[in-house]
Amino acid sequence: MRKTIQEINERIKEGNARVVTAEEMPQIVAELGEEGALAEVDVVTTGTFGAMCSSGCFFNFGHADPPIRMEKVWLNDVEAYAGIAAVDAYLGATEKSTTREENYGGAHVLEDLAAGRSVELRAISRGTDCYPRRTITTEILLENCNQAIMVNPRNGYQRYNAAGNSGDRVLHTYMGMLLPSLGNITYSGAGVLNPLANDPNLRVIGQGVPCFLGGAEGMVVGEGTQASPATGFGTLMVTGDLKRMKTEYLRAATMAGYGVTLYVGLGIPIPVLDIGIVRNTAVRDEDIWVDVIDYSVPSRSRPSLGRVSYAMLRSGRVEIGGEEIRTSSLSSFRRARMVAAELKAWVESGRMTLALPTRPLDPDRKAEPMKETVQGPRVLQIMERRVATIGEDELIRDAAAKLLKGETNHLPVVNGNGVLVGIVTTYDISKAVVNPGKGNFVRDIMKRKVITTSPEESVDIAIRKLEKYNISALPVVDREMHVIGILTAMDLGKLFGGRWLK
Amino acid sequence: MKLLVTFSRKEGRKPIIAQVVRDTGVLVNVERALIDSSEGEALIDIPDESCRIVKDRLTDLGASVRILEEEIVLDETECVDCGACISICPQEVFSFDSGFRLRMDAKKCVLCGRCIEICPHRALSRKGPA
Repeated sequence: MRKTIQEINERIKEGNARVVTAEEMPQIVAELGEEGALAEVDVVTTGTFGAMCSSGCFFNFGHADPPIRMEKVWLNDVEAYAGIAAVDAYLGATEKSTTREENYGGAHVLEDLAAGRSVELRAISRGTDCYPRRTITTEILLENCNQAIMVNPRNGYQRYNAAGNSGDRVLHTYMGMLLPSLGNITYSGAGVLNPLANDPNLRVIGQGVPCFLGGAEGMVVGEGTQASPATGFGTLMVTGDLKRMKTEYLRAATMAGYGVTLYVGLGIPIPVLDIGIVRNTAVRDEDIWVDVIDYSVPSRSRPSLGRVSYAMLRSGRVEIGGEEIRTSSLSSFRRARMVAAELKAWVESGRMTLALPTRPLDPDRKAEPMKETVQGPRVLQIMERRVATIGEDELIRDAAAKLLKGETNHLPVVNGNGVLVGIVTTYDISKAVVNPGKGNFVRDIMKRKVITTSPEESVDIAIRKLEKYNISALPVVDREMHVIGILTAMDLGKLFGGRWLK
Repeated sequence: MKLLVTFSRKEGRKPIIAQVVRDTGVLVNVERALIDSSEGEALIDIPDESCRIVKDRLTDLGASVRILEEEIVLDETECVDCGACISICPQEVFSFDSGFRLRMDAKKCVLCGRCIEICPHRALSRKGPA
């Protein structure tokens, strides 16, 4: 049996369509079987409500008198991109306020406008014959803008990896606060209700398909940026009219220590045309698996700490390596349900009919990493190779002499095999002189926990370590923990005036 | 019951909490303490029935004492029930009900402040004087 989109739309218009949410569908398929579910259900509605950083809105403010060609535009001190035309601008959700930093940003402006609050528009221009005005400052309301067209380049991730932290300090990430020693796991996504998880092969979600966006009727523009459906990480570009959106489904947020983002409610109705679609929409939280990515590794390819299903994540606790770890969602499942339920009501009432894609999305698309033509500086290139070390069994006195001779403040400590076991600084030695009694040997006063770097590490990551741990030098070690150099704040000076600034 | 005890250390390093334990015989659980050279703040947990006697003795020893009840406030108009606070709370104050609405058991709170800092929607705040 098959159904056509026309038949389904006829039933919607007559008010006879059977519409269910993607959360209800697995049970229906279990009870009626696939054929039975195909005969019974016409439309499955999906929904998600979570942080979607890649969001924003095009505005047309209307012309002032005398007119101005806005070259730079700020809305409540948040800069919007004005390199398009005279009174048009695109405001990105993650742009920070110039005055309130991460406490206020593009997302907050969008929420304020949607709530009916007035926003200060400030713009500057160099002035031209046709647009003589140079500055403008005025209050605007959403209703007075000609257009406010939300266009979100990357929304509705098919699924998103969970996050953990095996390191020894708290991390503040776009996946929220990650406690050290895998103290918690965070995740984001609606799982069973997620639009693309219910159409993983992109059969019915594509260009021109109607959707629910921020409480208004919107449309799928097409493939989202960074879409990688071939690896299970499809994304969508979506659009809708901000003027018709509700703050219930559009919320500004700040991820502490990371920045501003926008929580967006997005839902897509899926027409149940054939058995394949029944099977896809029968997906459950138990069927959707993600990796727990270790965010303590500061590189692009972060390792996985384990694999978990959305059902496990949503239960509040998962087990990794025999340890039970608490989980936090960053998206709201309750609001995702509200989106799917409201969309269901729209279709049942005939307010929204369905459409097939005017052009399908490519299910084989895969996102690739950047091909960098110039590699950033590595520790190897700026480290100091002449590094004095001291044995752990030597006298503190000898360490002091070495520090003086080497005109350095840091002395890596090695054992009999030349392996790094600690570090002493001029400060440690001064302390030992003022408060003797801990012992006479380097091993008695050295710090055993040494933060190190490696020759291949990016200088940016080494700098981050210096900042984070509030230290001024990192011993450079090879794989066997032999000291082959040292990187101090002084070496960073080599970056200036060198080829890295070109 | 939780008490927030603040005391000055200007007159010397008196072991004020140990003193109270010895004088009253009540076993005090120190949940959190921040003590520097001039003052100290300790959050202690005691059995409800011992509240009066511990509080009075602490006051006698020169500390000021505040009974803590429901110190964390959730603004339900800002909260979207995401749950970011759930796993970072050391006291498991937050949970979801069966409808995935955020629920809070503020009595367990020890005022570490972590949830206030990380709530993406700034829906959590501390009641009363800081």
